[in-house]
Amino acid sequence: MVNQLIPLLPVEELARRQRRIDSDCAHIWDVLDTVMDPEIPVISIYELGVLQDVGYNEGMVKLVLTPTYIGCPAMNIMEEDARAALAEAGFDHVQVETRLSPAWSTAWLSQPARAKMQRYGVAAPESDADIKCPQCGSEQVAVISEFGSTACKALYRCKDCGEPFDFFKAI
Amino acid sequence: MSDPKAVAEYATRLGDDSLILGHRLSEWVSRAPFLEEDLALTNVALDFIGRARMFYQYAAELAGDGTTEDTLAYTRDIREFTNLLICELPRGDFAFSVVRHFLYDAFQLPFLQALKHSSDERLAAIAAKAEKESRYHLRRGSEWVRRLGDGTEESRARTQQAVNDLWGYTHEMFELDALDQRLVDAGIAVDIVALRPVWEDTVKTVLTDATLTVPENTWGVRGGRTGYHTDSFGFLLAELQFMQRAYPGLTW
Repeated sequence: MVNQLIPLLPVEELARRQRRIDSDCAHIWDVLDTVMDPEIPVISIYELGVLQDVGYNEGMVKLVLTPTYIGCPAMNIMEEDARAALAEAGFDHVQVETRLSPAWSTAWLSQPARAKMQRYGVAAPESDADIKCPQCGSEQVAVISEFGSTACKALYRCKDCGEPFDFFKAI
Repeated sequence: MSDPKAVAEYATRLGDDSLILGHRLSEWVSRAPFLEEDLALTNVALDFIGRARMFYQYAAELAGDGTTEDTLAYTRDIREFTNLLICELPRGDFAFSVVRHFLYDAFQLPFLQALKHSSDERLAAIAAKAEKESRYHLRRGSEWVRRLGDGTEESRARTQQAVNDLWGYTHEMFELDALDQRLVDAGIAVDIVALRPVWEDTVKTVLTDATLTVPENTWGVRGGRTGYHTDSFGFLLAELQFMQRAYPGLTW
């Protein structure tokens, strides 16, 4: 088997990035870059893949969001934070649509986003066999619990440095 | 075939399964054997309650008569709920909750994998989303069954007891009624009868690994889909719907 050196981008993620490039409201996307995941506040909702599309028509901003996990309570916070950031930028009328399909995947996270996550102390989503301690980089890790502080994370422990850490599950 | 009323009813029963099982799981909050397990059960409960919301929202939209996800959850009485009985049984001890969840997840995963191909796009989208979570739930549940079954004398005895006590409630998962059949014919619903061999295979493999005995099919209880519930269900609703019953129309 040949090692896959260049991670392939799923088509739906390519389409999402293209929507931003083709968008005629680039400034609104830029405003939303300041809205962070409340649990991992170094990753924006765009980087996370939650922000799917942005539209603007006659004073009304339309956002399309997709949930990470169906029951994730942070979704409401992200929506409120997006509304607050837009209000501050002068957009008072915001409509939010939740879209389930295509189902969110950690495969959408870019390499820079993964690096930021790792620096923040959360092991970025890789296959279960390829988890590295975000503190010391060791691959000698053990699972403590399949669910960590939030639905999207599992709790691990590093056997080398002894630190427990969150692992952002690959789904 | 376009039959919004039938699809709404189908979505409501799937929502009922998720809400009621999610509620039973949420009862473990602060009572689980240790902290990590407490968090895990809470997260799984959230997955199910989120799933219930998706199904209820769709059912409410199809009804189009002012019904909302909240009225479906909080203002229906016992006979109007159509969840499977296995979802509503009292949480029991930890072994009982683990086994119940495992038996249900072993059904839920192939169910969602099939619902993903429904001709109803909305149901297919919810299924595609939930499938990823259920894969995780089943993996975790299987590990727990192995650990408890192949554990101490006491954990093994309690786990076997739970399997025996729950077994008769599993048959209802695979029984098609008239609504199912109509929607299966229309390519919307899942042919649950066809899922049984897959379920049996998963369950037998894990129970055998766990040194547990697979029970014989000697008894069965059903009724949830037609609104006949176990005596614990009224108490569950009394807690779940307390605020709306005490203060009708209350909003946060």
